[in-house]
Amino acid sequence: MPKQETSADFFSKTWDFFASVRLTIVLLLTLAATSIIGTLIPQNEDPAAYFKAFGQFLYRLFNILGLYDMYHSWWFQMLLILLTTNIIVCSLDRISANRRILFVRHPSFRLNRFRNIKNKEEFVVDEDPEQLKASCQTFIARRFRHHAIETTDNGFAVFGEKGRWTRFGVYTVHLSVIILLIGGLVGSIFGFDGFVNIAEGESARVIHLRNTNKTISLDFVVRCDDFNVSFYETGAPKEYRSSLTILEQGREVLKKDIIVNDPLRYKGISLYQSSYGNLPSDEAILGFTSRKTGMVYRRKAVIGQPVVLPEKLGTFVLKEYRSSADFKGHNIGEAFIGTLTREAGSAVQIILPLRFPSFDKMRRGDVTIGVIEHLPRFYTGLQVNRDPGVGIVYTGFILMIVGCYVTFFMSHQQICVEVDKRGTTTRVTVAGTANKNKLAMQARVAKIAQRLGSQARRT
Amino acid sequence: MNSSNILSITTFVYGLAGFSYIFAWVFNKPVVSKVATWVAVIGLAGNTAGILMRWMESYQMGYGHAPFSNLYESLAFFSWTIVLLYLFIQFKYGNRIIGAFVTPLAFLALAYASLSPNISDRIQPLIPALKSNWLIAHVIACFVGYGAFAIAFGISCMYLFKQKKTNRQNSLLNYLPEAGILDELNHQLIMFGFLFLSVGIITGAVWANSAWGRYWGWDPKETWSLITWFIYAVVLHARMVRGWRGKPTAILSIGGFAAVLFTYFGVNLLPGLHSYGSF
Repeated sequence: MPKQETSADFFSKTWDFFASVRLTIVLLLTLAATSIIGTLIPQNEDPAAYFKAFGQFLYRLFNILGLYDMYHSWWFQMLLILLTTNIIVCSLDRISANRRILFVRHPSFRLNRFRNIKNKEEFVVDEDPEQLKASCQTFIARRFRHHAIETTDNGFAVFGEKGRWTRFGVYTVHLSVIILLIGGLVGSIFGFDGFVNIAEGESARVIHLRNTNKTISLDFVVRCDDFNVSFYETGAPKEYRSSLTILEQGREVLKKDIIVNDPLRYKGISLYQSSYGNLPSDEAILGFTSRKTGMVYRRKAVIGQPVVLPEKLGTFVLKEYRSSADFKGHNIGEAFIGTLTREAGSAVQIILPLRFPSFDKMRRGDVTIGVIEHLPRFYTGLQVNRDPGVGIVYTGFILMIVGCYVTFFMSHQQICVEVDKRGTTTRVTVAGTANKNKLAMQARVAKIAQRLGSQARRT
Repeated sequence: MNSSNILSITTFVYGLAGFSYIFAWVFNKPVVSKVATWVAVIGLAGNTAGILMRWMESYQMGYGHAPFSNLYESLAFFSWTIVLLYLFIQFKYGNRIIGAFVTPLAFLALAYASLSPNISDRIQPLIPALKSNWLIAHVIACFVGYGAFAIAFGISCMYLFKQKKTNRQNSLLNYLPEAGILDELNHQLIMFGFLFLSVGIITGAVWANSAWGRYWGWDPKETWSLITWFIYAVVLHARMVRGWRGKPTAILSIGGFAAVLFTYFGVNLLPGLHSYGSF
């Protein structure tokens, strides 16, 4: 049937295409080169900013190519899929080609193979081969996982082998890459990446997702009991700390202080300290100084609540807090704005800058008002995540490290010690092979020969 | 005498070591290369002392953190790993000429740290994001990797020099080690560096996950470290599977080190979370 033949042909061609290491090299270099783009163009910014930076034509071109979120663009994902396919096909291809080497329970040894090795170590002893047999065998058995002995015309040969399993190291590394990509995929399908700002003393259930306008409602409520930021003398931030409480159906189920590098985890969701900010303050301790008597009255003022002053000085109401207030065209920074209503009924607006406590003296009124203490209010910015792929990714990490170590620094080694009678003396030949790092194997062979030699001379 | 003074002096010791190695190579004076080795050992001792003292000074100042927190400290550690790895290789392979190509790199790194007006040698307190046990593991792994790649770069340069055809009998190139040995060393160092780069990226990812809630965010530093990883992965595959040897490997190794340098210095010019590394 010709049709089947073509499909088989097509399959084998595709297989060969993906089984080529040349493809791996091309893909890796392409990934390396294209990855640079996303480091030069800041990712996931506001479209307007891109438009301004690139102009209409480039903006459109880059937009079509997905360069504003390029690591999630169709073509970058396609490169990753190609690489994954390449890794899988390549590994299967090589495992199947090497299955006779990889899957062997009891290795067999061919003496001729070792006789043909160029770099051999030789020495001569007086003992008969038979006298050396037992000690040679235990020597190899102690150092190699498998060993075998073969009788030759004038003596014997002892074989040793170990580390056949290390040939799987490279496939472990390949598997780890696949596992990492699967972990990433699981995270992006079943996880989310959001944030929420919670003012001190307040609670939140709904969080915003990043890079979209969507929101998600959590199964529990997060309350921010307190937020603190501390600084070093240099002015650099020292610690951001949020005291959080998790509530379920109104009951407190978990309390924890989180700082950067120490998140709170609850029901698969993690809350990270990510930012903070100032909120309009709604209360302050004010000092009212009477000009007539010189008395200072200390009162707590809350926005919107009138404070009746003694000595019939009037009534003061705190109206609002401004993070940056203006006075005659000058920015005077953070300030409270209030109104003072005198007994007579006339009202005057009063500015109370936090930086200049005696600012109100300038007004030369019956009473001078200043902020003694102001209680700043913060909100904490929390990163709220769920990523069920993390466990998978971490498994991949461990496999990758172990796999790399095995691949680079361990090898499958075979050794042969041949002992044969030459006239009155006995010749001992040591030869070894390894699938990797042949120089190190040569050194090992020399060392074994030297040990064997000194052992033979001692007996 | 504080750590910055010691490291400044170490800079000159490394400079002297590099000069002696080059002198020994150019004028074929093995005795001088022995002296160079001792100078390098003294430099390494000074470098070690400088790093340890800085660590103690940070405790005395009340900050108490490992000296891996800014560009100055990382450069001091970078030159330390280069010289340590180099001396190890020298003792293992018994070749002193490689030093002519490697110790100048350690000198340049430390000179940049000590002399550049843009780099502050003040001990600064740790910002909250850096306060993590992963800091030490991450920095050590990355810089051991970078150090190995730096030496592989020096060896690759030697290899390319060696490949130049020359008619003169007593050419400088004759004193260089055998091309085959250089090629093998290059490969060994790339494998070693690749393992540590992988560990560095992985510890960084685990750390990022505990600090920011994501193990990978494509920030420029992360992306560039991955680009570096890709390039060295190409080197390894080209050699192990396709049997590339010599020149192409040497060129790729130099390209890989260029990516290392960009990951280390260039990324600070780009926006991202790692930009604290710039001061």
